[in-house]
Amino acid sequence: MGAARVGVVTFPGTLDDQDAARAIRHAGGEAVSLWHADRDLRGVDAVFLPGGFSYGDYLRCGAISRFAPLMEELVPAANAGLPVLGTCNGFQILCEAHLLPGALTRNVGLHYVCRDQRVRVENATTAWTGDYAPGQELLLPVKHGEGRYVADQATIESLEASGRVVVRYLDVNPNGSTNFIAGVSNEAGNVVGLMPHPEHAVEELTGAPSVDGRGFFTSILKRFVNL
Amino acid sequence: MARVIVDVMLKPEILDPQGQAIARALPRLGFSGVAEVRQGKRFEVEIEGPADEAALEDVRKMAETLLANTVIEDYSVRVE
Repeated sequence: MGAARVGVVTFPGTLDDQDAARAIRHAGGEAVSLWHADRDLRGVDAVFLPGGFSYGDYLRCGAISRFAPLMEELVPAANAGLPVLGTCNGFQILCEAHLLPGALTRNVGLHYVCRDQRVRVENATTAWTGDYAPGQELLLPVKHGEGRYVADQATIESLEASGRVVVRYLDVNPNGSTNFIAGVSNEAGNVVGLMPHPEHAVEELTGAPSVDGRGFFTSILKRFVNL
Repeated sequence: MARVIVDVMLKPEILDPQGQAIARALPRLGFSGVAEVRQGKRFEVEIEGPADEAALEDVRKMAETLLANTVIEDYSVRVE
């Protein structure tokens, strides 16, 4: 059996697609480039939505990307179980596409935040976190201006009660997110979004604060070996 | 031709740090008595035909689909 094929989507304005592809290859997978304007998922086993400023963040972050031709294929595939991970702008797109609940809004204090952030893996059973230990603490880069996770109270309570808060900020809340929420999953656990950047924390060579991000990629690859 | 206005505002329970920053700046500029400022967006949609109920229903759909994220925002539609 060949390596699992993980698609990496590029929209106009995407920044982190090359780092994501590199992280996938580093973990032993095959990275497959997906173009926003194509109605074709190229038969991939999973999809990574990277960060950046797709469509210039016009209107709202992720609001235009959500309607890209590729997303018309991705949304039903994700609802049918295709594993999808969105980081930063990718997380914003997943929320705008209603694949994940809630929304990402302007940081409290209005400043763009760029720092190495301690987080805790709160749910190690999703498609993308299975290779971590429950409660494992990670050091990952965050870099965003609109990362404050909000949802109505009932949604927050249901996310907390059902273990769908996947990653939580530790020490400081970089953006004012409700309950220090850094990442959430859908009900089935195949779709995960988070503001921190695991794809920037896989190699010491690039000056990453850690290699703690590797687990997101090894999680998804092991899943396909085990299937 | 008719102009339909769509106003989009963050829901009251959603914190608006931009509005807060504006409210904090106003006293420094000599404007007193401002209790709160909330910032929103205004869309001017020029439609080709008359602004009848069917056209307004279309604009409401636009607002629901794209102009507003109803998870965090409310919108209102009116003819100018």
